[in-house]
Amino acid sequence: MAKSDKALVWGLFAAGGTVTAFVTPVLVVLTLLPALGVLPDVLTYDSLRAFADATLGRLAIVAIVVLSLWHAAHRLRITLHDFGVRADYAVAVVVYVAAAVGSLAAGWYALAL
Amino acid sequence: MTVKPYVRAVPRYTWFLAHSRYLRYITREVTCVFIGAYAFLMLVGLKRLAEGREAWEAFVQALASPASLVFHVAVLAFALYHTTSWFNVTPKAMPIQLGDGFVPGRVIVGAHYAIWIVLSLAVLILAGVF
Repeated sequence: MAKSDKALVWGLFAAGGTVTAFVTPVLVVLTLLPALGVLPDVLTYDSLRAFADATLGRLAIVAIVVLSLWHAAHRLRITLHDFGVRADYAVAVVVYVAAAVGSLAAGWYALAL
Repeated sequence: MTVKPYVRAVPRYTWFLAHSRYLRYITREVTCVFIGAYAFLMLVGLKRLAEGREAWEAFVQALASPASLVFHVAVLAFALYHTTSWFNVTPKAMPIQLGDGFVPGRVIVGAHYAIWIVLSLAVLILAGVF
């Protein structure tokens, strides 16, 4: 990765780290509940659809998915280095391309809603 | 006279087992695998929602499986580790200057925890859990 890309990926990493720190645990609790036999209202089709049909709700969904992906991608790149994988350029290409594809998919699905 | 430089031997693949500090560091870094896995689950959910009522309800049905429970418990544990480790370094990552000094670290960390708890409770209430 060129030096000039650093600010962008680090910015996405930091923003994603902050957003996931605040919202991931509670979201995981929500999607865990069905396995305990509890269906929170927000997970019914009509409720989630209504949430996603509001512009802010749809933006929030896409933002959370995209920032989670970029946070995980960047940290995974560093973590693989920590685990002794030294092919940093190849790792960087793979993780960032995966995050970019996931982000485009999230945008695509949100538009298809 | 040449002196052979001392190179401390660091095992390339198992160094993080050498010290509890390293183990805490690598645990924090590994949280990304679980954050990423959950992002993928959300992406699949978004796809199912876009596909319509039947696809969404099949997705929720899959969430009710034992495998889903195991997945969610693991993700929750690492997500909580990510949250606490992220909040605990906020005074280092973004110190706030106030006059000649800095806002005490515990105030910044405490504010993050307070906002997190209020936000999480609000989400649970709005989601219809309580």
